[in-house]
Amino acid sequence: MDHIILITIISLSLLALVSAVILYFIAQRFKVYEDPRIDEVQAVLPAANCGGCGYAGCRSLAEALVNAETFDGLYCPVGGAEVMAGAAKILGKEAPVVDPQVAVLLCNGTPENRPRTSNYTGASDCRISNSLYIGESDCSYGCLGFGDCVKACTFGAMTIDPLTGLPVIIDDNCVACGACVKACPRNIIELRKKAKKERKIYVACSNCDKGGPARRACKVACIACSKCVKVCEFGAITIENNLAYIDAKKCTFCRKCVTECPTNSIIELNFAPRKPKVEVQTETVN
Amino acid sequence: MSNLLNISPSPHIHGEETTRKLMLGVVLALMPALLTSVIYFGAGALIVVATSVSSCILFEYLLQRFVLKKPISITDGSALVTGLLLAFNLPSNLPVFIIVIGSFVAIAVAKMTFGGLGNNPFNPALVGRVFILISFPVQMTNWPVPAGIKTGYADAITGATPLAIIKEGLKNGESISQLMHKVPTTVQMFLGKMGGSMGEVAALALLIGFVYMLYRKIITWHIPVSIIGTVAIFTTILWLRHPESNASPVFHLLTGGVMLGAIFMATDYVTSPMNPKAMIIYGCCIGILTVVIRVWGAYPEGVSFAILIMNAFVPLMNAYIKPKRFGEEVKYG
Amino acid sequence: MLKTFPIGGIHPPEHKLTANQPISYLPVPASVTIPVSQHLGAPATVIVAKGDYVRTGQVIATSKGFVSANIHSSVSGKVSKIDTIIDSSGYKQTAVYIDVEGDEWIESINKSSEILTEIKLSPEEITKRCLETGIVGLGGATFPTYIKLTIPAGKKCNLLIINGVECEPYLTSDHRLMLEKGEEILIGVSILMKALKVERAMIGIEENKPDAIDHLTKLASSFKGITVHALKVKYPQGAEKQLIKALINREVPSGHLPLDVGAVVQNVGTAFAVYEAVQKNKPLFERVVTITGNGLAKPGNFVVRIGTPVSDLIEAAGGMPGDTGKIISGGPMMGKALRNADVPVVKGMSGLVVMPLEESERLEVQPCIRCAKCCTVCPLNLEPYLLMKLAEKGLFEKAEEERITDCMECGSCSYCCPSDRPLLDYIRLGKSTVIKMARERNTK
Repeated sequence: MDHIILITIISLSLLALVSAVILYFIAQRFKVYEDPRIDEVQAVLPAANCGGCGYAGCRSLAEALVNAETFDGLYCPVGGAEVMAGAAKILGKEAPVVDPQVAVLLCNGTPENRPRTSNYTGASDCRISNSLYIGESDCSYGCLGFGDCVKACTFGAMTIDPLTGLPVIIDDNCVACGACVKACPRNIIELRKKAKKERKIYVACSNCDKGGPARRACKVACIACSKCVKVCEFGAITIENNLAYIDAKKCTFCRKCVTECPTNSIIELNFAPRKPKVEVQTETVN
Repeated sequence: MSNLLNISPSPHIHGEETTRKLMLGVVLALMPALLTSVIYFGAGALIVVATSVSSCILFEYLLQRFVLKKPISITDGSALVTGLLLAFNLPSNLPVFIIVIGSFVAIAVAKMTFGGLGNNPFNPALVGRVFILISFPVQMTNWPVPAGIKTGYADAITGATPLAIIKEGLKNGESISQLMHKVPTTVQMFLGKMGGSMGEVAALALLIGFVYMLYRKIITWHIPVSIIGTVAIFTTILWLRHPESNASPVFHLLTGGVMLGAIFMATDYVTSPMNPKAMIIYGCCIGILTVVIRVWGAYPEGVSFAILIMNAFVPLMNAYIKPKRFGEEVKYG
Repeated sequence: MLKTFPIGGIHPPEHKLTANQPISYLPVPASVTIPVSQHLGAPATVIVAKGDYVRTGQVIATSKGFVSANIHSSVSGKVSKIDTIIDSSGYKQTAVYIDVEGDEWIESINKSSEILTEIKLSPEEITKRCLETGIVGLGGATFPTYIKLTIPAGKKCNLLIINGVECEPYLTSDHRLMLEKGEEILIGVSILMKALKVERAMIGIEENKPDAIDHLTKLASSFKGITVHALKVKYPQGAEKQLIKALINREVPSGHLPLDVGAVVQNVGTAFAVYEAVQKNKPLFERVVTITGNGLAKPGNFVVRIGTPVSDLIEAAGGMPGDTGKIISGGPMMGKALRNADVPVVKGMSGLVVMPLEESERLEVQPCIRCAKCCTVCPLNLEPYLLMKLAEKGLFEKAEEERITDCMECGSCSYCCPSDRPLLDYIRLGKSTVIKMARERNTK
């Protein structure tokens, strides 16, 4: 009995030893050279592998950063300036200054604002609903509310508000990776420049119809009346395709357009309450 | 809301079939076999079935309620089927605690860890059965002999299955013609009057269930027929070559779990292939493995192992064995 | 043993409530809305303006591009506006709104009811007439007929197949048409045969319409080259490729047209429209529509002017039941649910099914139990469970390898799924994405 155990131990040990030697030589023979800086840069990156930078994952971005001449066009929206500075330090290059962004939904079609005209009972998926017909309301541009963006978000920054049926973006979690923008079949999520105290002013509508039909479909639709364009002193607002757009770079957050808008389609968020004499028309989402 | 019309993509109508109806159909198809085993094995059969079914459903409920915190799905009937099939694979005098362990392994290990119904790679009932077969070999191979409804639970007379008798006898140098006197006659075997797991003995009752399931279109013929056919052909070849050391094909088909395995275990939706071509290959492989284990393996019976082994190959089969599409490889013009 | 196609298929409850209801004429409505895109392909261009007076049968929009069809006014009256409408497709499109004044037809239409047997036009003239009169496939796909009659160089057509299958539950418009306009249909078939220069035509009819089979068989004996074939009842036998397989046992290769096996398929409704267009010079401005549903008081078959609001039709069938949950344009298997009852009747609308609320709700989606029923019923031998999974996960390249583009969206998989999974919803999504991908690849 004893010697069986002994033989077993010896033979297995020998087997292990031989395998180890073979593996060692194979590893030496087929070694692939990799720039060690790739690992260093990857260590700095957030390891979210969200694809927000346009690369397949953090390692791909790290490789691209190491191989690139300059950082032009390479940016990790999740890590932001801090991470890019870290990577730049390792590689001895300049980190570009990119404004941090946050996702906003260009629609405010709550059931009160945008009456439902039919009831969708198919698979709960925006893409399917969008390919079937114009949606549950008469607006063929607005949010469908089946949460493709929520499913796409890997940072827990989006939820569907059960009352409004619209996605809500949690600014603190949003890293502007752009997954929701790509997921939305109606293209109504925009990445906008972040401002102080998470303040936001934007046109919460995507309806490109003329004023009449747009207004009939939704109370808070932009009717392209261009009142906001006239009131804006900084030339930040333009109208294209029957739809106003506020350039976040030019906007100074004076809030004049918000009060001017006859349909309340311009939304202001995270501002201190206005003085009582002005009529308050704020929508708070958070 | 009520005056709004519903909109959905087509089709706008749906067939009658639901998962629950299919599962209950399987349960109904198992009833003749259950009845036979109650007639032959008495109250023991009922106790085993009741324990197995109730503990399977209970474990599924408890796991979903407290561990996984998912919606409870016990009403879909799949736990009921698993419990029944597990019971059918057990001797009718098995101690209750072993049945409970088997149910736990079947539901918790083989089903729920993989994500519940539809995601388990191995047949839960068989995993439970094989687990207790390996863990409690004595109790699991102590088969009660059919004695009728009067027999109690603990005092049943036990004996070996025909397959075990043959295996043991061949090892001791006896020939098939001598051994054939020790086993039940073909008719007795067909009706199920022999030792064995409570559900597997009655070929006739199982075939009635098979016909019912074919009629209801719960399963297709491919898997059962290919398993039974392969076992028949393979054992015929062996038998014709050495009739004194190999049992006849009829004996092989009627004993052990071939019928139960081919009709109810191998056809389990979740763990069988998706298209007819793959189903036939799957069935043939199970048939060959069964005979190989029976004739050359250490165990007298091999259906459970054969099915579990082939279960592992099902994803591979689904990925590489494709049906011929309509309009494929047709000459142009 | 009756002929049918070999792979897959289902047999949903037939519910042919209106099979014994003779076709009647729906009165001309007070106003019509005629969308300019009632066919597969490019929308037609409006050539009338607000305030214009139009007569019944007058062209109001001309075809633009190769795949397109003319649109004719279905009534006489004043154009009240040209605006957008959300029509039965579910999308916005341009439509001509006409307020009806009387019913004055253009002179070229022969309004007599006499049956004209003699075919005077040449094949080229027939094709041209089909183009002018805006004839499209009336089975539901609305493919412009003149294109089907134009055989491309190098191809040869030797058989015309007439689709009288009507395999969709509820619908009976083709059935009634075959019973009441049998002779006209057969003349229409002869016209199509002449245009295609073929000697043989086969009419396929499912055996659940024995009266139509008898009637047409009797009539066909006096027509050269036309035979009538009874087919086993199985859905989707009305699909072109399945019908060809059933009738002449030939499989149209994946990604090809029926013409590649030498056949052209036309619907019986189309054959009737061709008869009227060629012999009576009547443009396609009315069609037979089945209005049916278990809740309706008076379901029936009506000849309806294109552009009539669906609500008028429902009114004629006894009014909208209070518990209506869904209105389907077309059959319940492949038809499209309507957003409301204000949409107009279009050329492709073979029927309207008014469905009670409880029938219209989908059941809760449960996990796939891999029962393989979807694979068994798929008439194309695809693997719907797999295609759905791939489309859901966005693995479109893999879905393309699994031939997702072969799917003809018959809905058999979703119909039979015991877990009520929206198989076809996702397959359709995957299919359209893959087609888009392939198109982008080709343009590169």
